[in-house]
Amino acid sequence: MFYREAGQFRTSYAQDAQILPLRQDRWGMAALLLAAFVIVPYVANDYWLSAILIPWLILSLVALGQNILMGYAGQLSLGSAGFMAAGAFACYNLILRVDGIPFIVAVLLSGVCAALIGIVFGLPSLRIRGLYLAVATLASQFFIVWALDKFGWFKNYDPSGVITAQQIVIFGHPFTSPQEKYWVVLVIVAVLALAAKNMARGSTGRAWMAVRDMDVAAEVMGLSLLRTKLLAFAISSFYCGVGGALFAFAYLQTVEPSAFNIDLSFRILFMIIIGGIGTIVGSFLGAGFILLMPVFLNVLFHGVFGQAVDATIISAFEQVIFGAMIIMFLIFEPLGLARLWQLTKERLRLWPFGN
Amino acid sequence: MLDLLFFIEVLVGGLLAGIMYSLVALGFVLIYKASGVFNFAQGAMVFFAVLSFVGFMELGLPFWAALPVTVGLMVLVGMATERFVLRPLVNQNENTLLMATIGLAFVIEGTAQAAWGVEVRRLDLGVRDEPIGWLMDEVGILISQLDIAAGVVAGIMVAALALLFSRTKVGRGLRAVADDHAAALSIGIPLKHIWMLVWATAGIVALVAGMLWGARSGVQFALIGVALKALPVLIIGGFTSVPGVIVAGLIVGAIEKTTEVYIGPYFGGGIEGWSPYMLAVLFLMYRAEGLFGEKIIRRV
Amino acid sequence: MSIGKSVRGMLCGLAAASSLVAAEAAMSTALADEQYFGIPSSRVGPYSAMGTGYYGGIIDYLNYVNMKQGGVNGVQLTFQECETEYNAARTVECYQRLLHNGDQKIVVFDTLGTPGAYAVIGRMQPDEVVLAQYGYGRTDAADGRVWPWVFNAAGHYWGQIAVKMNFMAQQEGGIDKMKGKKIVHLHIDTAYGREPLPAMRAIAKEWGVTLVEIAVPPPGLEQQSQWLQIRREKADWVTFWGAGSGMNATAITTAARVGFPREKMIYVTFGGAEEDMIPAGDAAKGTYVAANAVPGKFPLIEDIEKVVYAAGKGNMQNPERVGTVYYNRGVGAAVMWIEALKNAQKIHNKVGKTVTGAEFRDGYEALDITDAKLEELGIHGMLSPFKLSCAKHDGAERWRMMQWDGAKFQMVSDWVPAPDQTFIRKLIEDSAAKYAAENNITPRECS
Repeated sequence: MFYREAGQFRTSYAQDAQILPLRQDRWGMAALLLAAFVIVPYVANDYWLSAILIPWLILSLVALGQNILMGYAGQLSLGSAGFMAAGAFACYNLILRVDGIPFIVAVLLSGVCAALIGIVFGLPSLRIRGLYLAVATLASQFFIVWALDKFGWFKNYDPSGVITAQQIVIFGHPFTSPQEKYWVVLVIVAVLALAAKNMARGSTGRAWMAVRDMDVAAEVMGLSLLRTKLLAFAISSFYCGVGGALFAFAYLQTVEPSAFNIDLSFRILFMIIIGGIGTIVGSFLGAGFILLMPVFLNVLFHGVFGQAVDATIISAFEQVIFGAMIIMFLIFEPLGLARLWQLTKERLRLWPFGN
Repeated sequence: MLDLLFFIEVLVGGLLAGIMYSLVALGFVLIYKASGVFNFAQGAMVFFAVLSFVGFMELGLPFWAALPVTVGLMVLVGMATERFVLRPLVNQNENTLLMATIGLAFVIEGTAQAAWGVEVRRLDLGVRDEPIGWLMDEVGILISQLDIAAGVVAGIMVAALALLFSRTKVGRGLRAVADDHAAALSIGIPLKHIWMLVWATAGIVALVAGMLWGARSGVQFALIGVALKALPVLIIGGFTSVPGVIVAGLIVGAIEKTTEVYIGPYFGGGIEGWSPYMLAVLFLMYRAEGLFGEKIIRRV
Repeated sequence: MSIGKSVRGMLCGLAAASSLVAAEAAMSTALADEQYFGIPSSRVGPYSAMGTGYYGGIIDYLNYVNMKQGGVNGVQLTFQECETEYNAARTVECYQRLLHNGDQKIVVFDTLGTPGAYAVIGRMQPDEVVLAQYGYGRTDAADGRVWPWVFNAAGHYWGQIAVKMNFMAQQEGGIDKMKGKKIVHLHIDTAYGREPLPAMRAIAKEWGVTLVEIAVPPPGLEQQSQWLQIRREKADWVTFWGAGSGMNATAITTAARVGFPREKMIYVTFGGAEEDMIPAGDAAKGTYVAANAVPGKFPLIEDIEKVVYAAGKGNMQNPERVGTVYYNRGVGAAVMWIEALKNAQKIHNKVGKTVTGAEFRDGYEALDITDAKLEELGIHGMLSPFKLSCAKHDGAERWRMMQWDGAKFQMVSDWVPAPDQTFIRKLIEDSAAKYAAENNITPRECS
């Protein structure tokens, strides 16, 4: 009843090929963007902006990168945090060492740096696949963090081995308040998400999916495995690199390489599994879930039990519930939150009649 | 001559460390071989098993009583895993199962810490972890009783598991299940029992590995990290080979330690954090299914 | 699909419940005579032994002040806890969550760990919150001119390493005897592990000591190659700079395996607690540790047991850990908070009233913990006396050496300062000046 496509006819190829063919989707997206750009920054307080929304957007971007590699191209990777680290430190050094480089250019270039590293570490994917590849990508994770930690040049020889991200300055205007940073992040994420959506539904994405579903068959059909797989690694690492730069500049501000450890890589992997493999919207939903779930449990438990129950036991139970939620998702909704969203839409259409 | 002696010392140290890695890797192989699941929770199981063991001893149980109680507990964990995690996920793809075990790892870690607390405990097996005197004096090599115990235990476990897989009916069933869940079910292999058995066995393997690691480093959360050390061993050995794990463990240990000692200092050290993984990648480039892994045949 | 439906229903419920909790948090109103603290604890994970002890000590002391003295001049102490799992990103989230509680605001933040401290250090000045790094964190924050909001009372890593090297010299029979000796700095391969190196290299050069740096990649449960290198180097002393009791205990057992005497090993404050020694068993006997708060049942600790634990309000899951190194360190940290709060109330004529972050900062900077004060608090000997000032944010610079006897720590020295404090101070000021120049900070004037 609410979500009907009846009566909407596509009369040209252009209409058929648009991203949001349904009127209500277009309106919904417009409303969402309006809310995200205009309403949220004025309504949300500093806690929501700087501790929830900014990291959520950034991690969604990284999850998008992971989703491109794993969801679309089918290459299981456990090294995304390493590429984030590469992006973060590249951005710091670009701004430090290149006079007058615009912030946006620095961020994009740090994505390119991460992409180049991604290509190098993507090379084994031509020969190994599946779990073997996943473990091989751990090599990149450990190596990148080690190299950044070990060589002082990356950190401008800071005696403490950390970098303090410079201020975000665009066209001479410093972006310091959480609101302003939120806008910067939102614009970058929105543009890159659009790009990802278009790649995924275009020839690039179809090539990835062909390789994912059966690489030998894809090769027989004339796809270059070398090109397709490495492109997936490059673009995925680009997204991770940009995300890493934003993570350092718009979120953490002071960063040491070990902030990008293997735990973060795992969290990013959870995001796309929970969100929905091979979907754009799933990256956003999954990032939100993984980021908010522990926070929510922490708030809830402390709110409900207060000091009545030992805090150590509470913290431990948060872990148990978090793990149980992941398992439950895999059992009841293996296609993730994106699928839940889709089912909701279908239900809305049929409402008030059940199926 | 002195340098050669030092080299041998490093090499032996590496081989001994490799055996310790193999012990953890064995648990992975067992489950992978039997259910096609890459069990990420193995590290958490190591932690949980040995923590429970020490916990029971703290409650006043003597060593010989705590051991069977812990084994029983691990069997229960295996049964619960089969019932609540694996059975609902029959016939799902590899990635889903991998994720489920990561979720399981959180559950086990949290449960362990909630049940037994977060304190660090000591485990005394009565096996000394100091160099055996006459070996040091006569040959100049440092080997402790614990090292020998680890070697013997690893040998026994490998022999037992190899026999289980190749010579028993259960073993054949296991291999069939690993190939294809649905097909195995359709020819009447009792999937339920087999998985329960395998996870319980993996729990026992985890307990043994945990006891040896715990005796050396204390019983604590950080034991979960040894799983990451076992991964390169696993890929080099091939996910499905029990003897492969031992050989690969020795290779990884030896190369990790010699490179750390001889090449590490040029880069400021600490390269053993990633060198086994690099080694594994190089190895895979040459032989994509690992040392003893089954050749993967794929059809279009 | 009924189960699927219920799961979906649950997820919707989750969203609703989360907004409810948020609303409730926003609605809780503050009474005028409360002082609110935020506690970013780390109770699970590899550093949990440290986190439970330290934050347990802090919480117990806050409760103790409330129960025994009715708060600070009548101001009740309240607190909220948040789990960070020792993770930098979650520390930031916790910081932002704890920052405001209704219209109350935190005045002090203590992350008990360098990574977390670095993650929030830039937020202190704009938010007007004091970052209290008790013996960890950014060393050059000791220069209060560049870092008005960051303190490392009492003591930091550079002072600690200087004290340790001085201790070695004493054992060897004087600094002149140190010439030609070899010290291995065995450290976790992170920024924290390398933090003492600038000071260490400078001192080693001055003394003519050979310094060998060997890194252990985390989590460090296997240290065979590192200790074989130490054996080959024939090191005279090892300064161990690890994190997490897994790495710390493994270092001891591996030292035993290669036959390195534990009486020549000196542990860092964050590796030198009962939790790090006990897992190593007998092998740990003889290990030295530098401490900024020593273990033991001091009168205050006994009183906490009597007042808080007897009432069943104790925070420690295992009450036997009361009086251990990490617990006492937590109590020490909380003592500093409360003394700073008292100062702030006095300085700003707000006795019996809630103070703001800026007022608390002034109170913290005015901390003057004398022997008499420690005696009065019932912790004489547990902490070193110290005094902060506008420029000097590190205080005592004194550490106490202790030795593990197989069951507990024995004190082997009194509170000793670094031998050449002006030298360490110069290193700090140079480093702070470099930071100020890089980030366009004009250091404030301290007259």
